[in-house]
Amino acid sequence: MTLEELDQIAESVRAENAKFDHEINVCMGTGCLSQHSDKLRDALTTAVSASGKRAFVRRTGCMGLCAAGPLVLVDPEETLYQHVKADNAEAVVNSLGGQPVASLQCDLREHFDQQVHVVLENSGHIDPEKIDDYIARDGYRALLTAITDMTPNGVVHQITASGLRGRGGGGYPTGLKWGTVAKATGDLKYVICNGDEGDPGAFMDRSVLESDPQRVIEGMAIAAYAVGASKGYIYVRAEYPLAVARLTAALRDARRRGLLGNNIGNTAFNFDVEIRLGAGAFVCGEETALIASIEGKRGTPRPRPPYPAVSGLWGRPTLINNVETFANIAPIIRNGGKWFASMGSARSKGTKVFALTGKITNTGLVEVPMGIKLREIIEVIGGGVPDGHTFKAVQTGGPSGGCLPAEMLDIGVSYDALVAVGSIMGSGGMIVMDDTSCMVNVARFFIEFCMTESCGKCIPCRAGTAQMHTLLTRICDGSGTMADLELLVDLCATVKETSLCGLGQTAPNPVLSTLRYFKNEYIEHIVHKRCPAGVCNIAGATAAIEAPEEVLA
Amino acid sequence: MPAFTPPPLPSDDKRWKIVNGTMRKNGFARHALIETLHTAQSAFGFLDDDAIRFVAKSLRVPLSQAYGVVTFYHYFSLKPPGKHTMTICTGTACYIKGTDKLVAAAEKRLGIPQGQTTKDGKISLMTARCVGACGRAPVVLTDGELQGQMIGEHMIEQLERWAVE
Repeated sequence: MTLEELDQIAESVRAENAKFDHEINVCMGTGCLSQHSDKLRDALTTAVSASGKRAFVRRTGCMGLCAAGPLVLVDPEETLYQHVKADNAEAVVNSLGGQPVASLQCDLREHFDQQVHVVLENSGHIDPEKIDDYIARDGYRALLTAITDMTPNGVVHQITASGLRGRGGGGYPTGLKWGTVAKATGDLKYVICNGDEGDPGAFMDRSVLESDPQRVIEGMAIAAYAVGASKGYIYVRAEYPLAVARLTAALRDARRRGLLGNNIGNTAFNFDVEIRLGAGAFVCGEETALIASIEGKRGTPRPRPPYPAVSGLWGRPTLINNVETFANIAPIIRNGGKWFASMGSARSKGTKVFALTGKITNTGLVEVPMGIKLREIIEVIGGGVPDGHTFKAVQTGGPSGGCLPAEMLDIGVSYDALVAVGSIMGSGGMIVMDDTSCMVNVARFFIEFCMTESCGKCIPCRAGTAQMHTLLTRICDGSGTMADLELLVDLCATVKETSLCGLGQTAPNPVLSTLRYFKNEYIEHIVHKRCPAGVCNIAGATAAIEAPEEVLA
Repeated sequence: MPAFTPPPLPSDDKRWKIVNGTMRKNGFARHALIETLHTAQSAFGFLDDDAIRFVAKSLRVPLSQAYGVVTFYHYFSLKPPGKHTMTICTGTACYIKGTDKLVAAAEKRLGIPQGQTTKDGKISLMTARCVGACGRAPVVLTDGELQGQMIGEHMIEQLERWAVE
């Protein structure tokens, strides 16, 4: 495969598409599929052939706005329809070339206008199981340009210049990591893509893998060329069957097109990728635990150094990046590092995909430039809190992150700004809570998660999270004391400072951040034996909300 | 070192051949343990002693290590599943949308705690740590099929349908 051949494929796809006046894109991501968008696609195909119109129905990946699914996008008019059922297929097809169906039209300009799509540029526009669709949208140009016109060092240099930082949550500069692996000595090196999206409430990686799997494979291949690796692994959760299926198909197609395998692009560069299934362990998102899991062992982390960049999979130098990081690589190589660095804030470049969920109107996937205010994401793009409730907190970073109150909504989203206010960027989960959520209960929920997911290797995490859970349970059921609260704070510090890996070190974050911003709720539970949100079942104080003023005072 | 001969299949059940196929594809390498267990679980529905022993022996992995792996990862199950499985997602987005009430309602209806199967073997009640469909929270999986924006009544209706089957 050469650049000319890529052009030919792209040209033939465009010629094929030009035969049609309209393209009807049907979202077949997990969210819309669960609302039978497969039946909708069949109905649309039938309706198109019955109408005799020159239209083409395409299966696509996620269009982002899961709340309004199943979604249908008609090109070139760019009409977006929401909540489309199979019964509506005829109406949609009949409207082609005329006025759109008003009752189904989704007009959320403010939702889409603020977004900048880099990682998601193809999501909703290509068929994830057709490699040619990807090639027609400049796919694999970056890989072939890199291996024919650039030195490995030149690739690393572009990535460094882009300012890209690890999208898995740590925010380690990607260029620096690549440089370390490239410099490591060894004839055999590995590239691993971390798709073990264990953070409950986040589904960015799932969507990217389902909507545009080739982009991740291309990113991995470029990385392999840059660091001198010849073998790659994608570690995906077994809970994501659709992502696994599409990825398997994508790997097969890439091999068939000669974009994986030996002598890629008629050069000496060889690279192939294998899928490894996760088996449901949150700790496997930690890089050393993930490596242990690929080696077929229990996923327990080990102390670093040595870092995987020096001694990783089977003791070889290993590059590990997140799905979203790899998805950013191809556009950076195509457009140059400077282009990427022109987006975002001072120390956090580019865009970030967030999974916006919880008590918010427009749940779904959004991609925004770094530095955008939290308020804009939640109130403008997300459409605010529904059903007349008031915003209470937004949780970022999953079980390792923190809860931020309304006063913090004016900070710009970046790695450093979020850490400064006691949360983290994390992989991109953003869960909005309203006045019906009890923050003590939320903290208990996360500690329970960390407790069950602790691998048990080091004591602070194994025993500490269990003790913290006991204390929080006591506070929630009304039997907690102020001494318990003190002990809890003390334990947080111990667990944070003495745990082996990221899971334990960040486990106290949800407690610390809720204590920082919502301490009054803890006090209410302990002193007044009432739950302000009415969530916790406090024995003997169930009527606390209706309790007389003097009791509450 | 003498050439390694894998042990014979435990029975003529054809599913063992599928399990063996995964191991052969990986050249009976030790690191294929998790892959093989995945295959075994999807073939048999769960992992019993025979399966773990067979896989451990075939891959020359100590039985203790194989058992350790099976019990470490939540995805592997040592108990046979019921005829139907109701899996309720308890990820953060679902939790915020009140999934705990769904779990409580299902536990009450079936009379079993989560993670168990009814005595007649008809229905298993499981919870999942996020299935990644948070945009449609709260989510349940009825026999693996994803259903979003679930309300208690609908879930109970489904359980009733299964119970009388």
